[in-house]
Amino acid sequence: MTYPEDPMDTTIVPPRLSAGLSLHPSGATHGGENTPVIDLADVAVWYGDYQAVRGVSMPVARNQITAMIGPSGCGKSTVLRSLNRMNDLIGGARVTGVVSYHGQDLYARDVDPIEVRRRIGMVFQKPNPFPKSIYDNVTYGLKVNKMDTGRTDDLVEQALRGAALWDEVKDKLKTSALALSGGQQQRLCIARTIAVRPEVILMDEPCSALDPIATGKIEDLMHELAASYTIVIVTHNMQQAARVSHRTAFFTAELDDAGVRHGRLVEFNDTGRIFTNPADKRTEDYITGRFG
Amino acid sequence: MTTTTNPRGPSSADVRAELTRRRFRPAETAFKLALQACLAIGLAFLVALLAFAVTKGWHRLDARLWENMPTGRVSRAGEAGVQSAIWGTVWVISLTAAICLPTGVLAAIYLEEYADNTRWYNRLLELNIQNLAGVPSIVFGILGLGLIARVIGLGFTVATAAVVLSLLVLPTVIIASREAIRAVPQSIRHASYALGATRWQTVSRQVLPAAVPGIATGSILALSRAIGEAAPLILLGAVTFIRFNPDSLLSAYTTLPIQIYNLIKEPQAEFQELAAAAIVLMLVVLLAMNSIAIFVRNRFTKRW
Amino acid sequence: MTSTSQKVAGIPAAPSVRRGRPRLGEKAIEALLVLAAIVSVATTVGIVISLAVPTVEFFGTVSLGEFVTETLWTPLFAEKHYGVLPLLVATLIVTAIAVTIAIPVGLGSAIYLSEYAGNRTRAFLKPILEILAGIPTVVYGFFALLAVNPWLRDIWPSQTKPEFQNMLVAGIAMGLMIVPTVASLAEDAMTAVPRSLREGAYALASTKMQVSTRVVLPAALSGIVAAIVLGISRALGETMIVTIAAGLKTDGIIVNPIDGAATMTAYIAGAGQGDLPVDSLDYLTIFAVGSTLFLFTLALNALSIRMVRRFREVYE
Repeated sequence: MTYPEDPMDTTIVPPRLSAGLSLHPSGATHGGENTPVIDLADVAVWYGDYQAVRGVSMPVARNQITAMIGPSGCGKSTVLRSLNRMNDLIGGARVTGVVSYHGQDLYARDVDPIEVRRRIGMVFQKPNPFPKSIYDNVTYGLKVNKMDTGRTDDLVEQALRGAALWDEVKDKLKTSALALSGGQQQRLCIARTIAVRPEVILMDEPCSALDPIATGKIEDLMHELAASYTIVIVTHNMQQAARVSHRTAFFTAELDDAGVRHGRLVEFNDTGRIFTNPADKRTEDYITGRFG
Repeated sequence: MTTTTNPRGPSSADVRAELTRRRFRPAETAFKLALQACLAIGLAFLVALLAFAVTKGWHRLDARLWENMPTGRVSRAGEAGVQSAIWGTVWVISLTAAICLPTGVLAAIYLEEYADNTRWYNRLLELNIQNLAGVPSIVFGILGLGLIARVIGLGFTVATAAVVLSLLVLPTVIIASREAIRAVPQSIRHASYALGATRWQTVSRQVLPAAVPGIATGSILALSRAIGEAAPLILLGAVTFIRFNPDSLLSAYTTLPIQIYNLIKEPQAEFQELAAAAIVLMLVVLLAMNSIAIFVRNRFTKRW
Repeated sequence: MTSTSQKVAGIPAAPSVRRGRPRLGEKAIEALLVLAAIVSVATTVGIVISLAVPTVEFFGTVSLGEFVTETLWTPLFAEKHYGVLPLLVATLIVTAIAVTIAIPVGLGSAIYLSEYAGNRTRAFLKPILEILAGIPTVVYGFFALLAVNPWLRDIWPSQTKPEFQNMLVAGIAMGLMIVPTVASLAEDAMTAVPRSLREGAYALASTKMQVSTRVVLPAALSGIVAAIVLGISRALGETMIVTIAAGLKTDGIIVNPIDGAATMTAYIAGAGQGDLPVDSLDYLTIFAVGSTLFLFTLALNALSIRMVRRFREVYE
């Protein structure tokens, strides 16, 4: 795998890919002090005896959108879920290597996974609003994190505005979230996530269940969110990765000598570089459509 | 671990402090303990019940159980046995199986393979079965008393008891059989039809054989429920003093659970011990049947 | 293509796809299957007739007003009163005690099995619940009367000890009898709540208890209510435990749970044991009380079926 030689070098974007990048918060990546929010060092994830993905080393930079792409079964979602310890919920799953968050190993014995998830939120593939009202969906996280002191209504409005949903739902906050369209449900899930003010938002193929218009809205939203949050997105849609992300990690699945499939990180670089001038032949084959 | 100071974000020390802050949540622990206590209550009750029955009945678990001296009203309580009740149970349950298993399986085949469930009468049929499953067993006794024993005139006989118990467990057999039939994948049926088989050929040669383990499991559980059932039989003449084994479908009869009920009512401790011994006998039979059912389910159920 | 053109062309006749002979065997089998299905309908009709005819006859002599307002139930005594309230009150007291035990114990077990237990624990615990559900109720009655009640009298704090047969001990035994029903149906409802809801809640930094109580429980609520309603229906209709452990005492309304009193089912079982002359008013009481019981359980079952259906509509 390859690291970018100059981590500041995110400006080389070819013209045909640059249209969607106009909203990138400029400056966020300049200034030298940008140590990664999350840093993965030789991470592998196991389910029982099966090593699902291995050899993952990459940083996640502050206020940037980092995309993980690759064919299905390459372990990108598995790696994403290891960043806020969602894998803990699967029996037999364990992580080796080091996932550090501001230098703190997230898998250290005394780390509380619930505290981890408060700071590193997650939006899922299929919109999964709770079968409650829109309002209750947003306040849920505030309640369980004891953040609903006093000005809850304001916090709900802020979160819904932050997710570009406020204007569409402000008159029906008490109606069921299940009555919203798929795209609205997904933005509600984003609102519910940012309500608890995490630092990082993980997105696991957030648009795969949505139509192109709803997808466009979520992508616009991601650009705006990048000003205040650090975002990691898994997507199987290469155009989406090219449109929204600053940096891209390309994963693939390979058979080992025993014929067992393992996912692994092939290349990590600035998005422009990955899509125009990949260092690895496998990346090139994938983005040009010869594989996957 | 390296400590990085970053003016734009929290320091590693801050993060560390926060991530390791509330490791102990008393409410969480208390909640989990309460849940475990709930399961422990059920488990403790089961253990206590079994232990009580076994210790109380232990020294009566011998050949005397096979004496034909049911109930009190005999002075020599120490010699009483439950032979006629055992035979009565064997008669009644055999006949129950002969009635309810074919009826239940055929009804299940109709509902799963033949019925068009958009028709109101088929939906009514399903609703009826669901409701019937919730009717108290004593009400089936009333059906037996008012209609089968008196109007139809079968009297207080093995036959009446078996018909009533059959109707009582019929919904269980139907529901279990339907589930087993439904679990057979559609592709098997399509393959059979594509080879020119008729509907009944498809059902009898492909679907039913594949559904046998599920049907067997459900049937065993239904029959084990019938074995332990006492309430409807109280209304059907089983409580009266019977010390003869049944010898035909129209014989008077008594059954094991009814005999246990009779013995519990007696004031002498000897009879209560005999009741405990009879309970142990009955539970051993039921436990064996349950184990067979679970074994059949786990061993023979196909995973499609 | 017509048959003449085939002959003219000299091509062998195409095999006919028209029905050759009527498949009588298929028809006969279908008729047999329908007949088997009709047995269940006939059962319901039979139950309704066997209850309704004598009940109507009963109300020809005893007014419905007396039946539902009179506070004495003494049909088998010299001075006869036909008020169902004493039986109803005893039934409700025993059921209330049973439900008070079964709801927390059953739901607690269900939450543990669905949200906390690993596969191995579940594989060990679920058969135990099945065994508990498979024990005949006459055995529960035996245990309540001869083991639980003496123990209850030992530890009873006040001087007035529970009677030899009483509603409290019957209610306790009945509560544990319906625990498996409540637990397994409630667990089914909770297991059916999509995993994605749990993940969403965990991703918002919920603890396991918060996920269980604030997300899974409300999402499974109608299924859980159905489980409880079915448990209540079971308790109302249960006969042997109350006959053995709460006794057959009928008279006025008894509200103290440590006293014995006949429930509706116990009265039916008690009266049905004797040799009551057919078509006497005494004999008809069995059916009048039976009808009352039937209507109660029918209403509860219908409610439970509706709740389950509503639950399925949300998630399937």
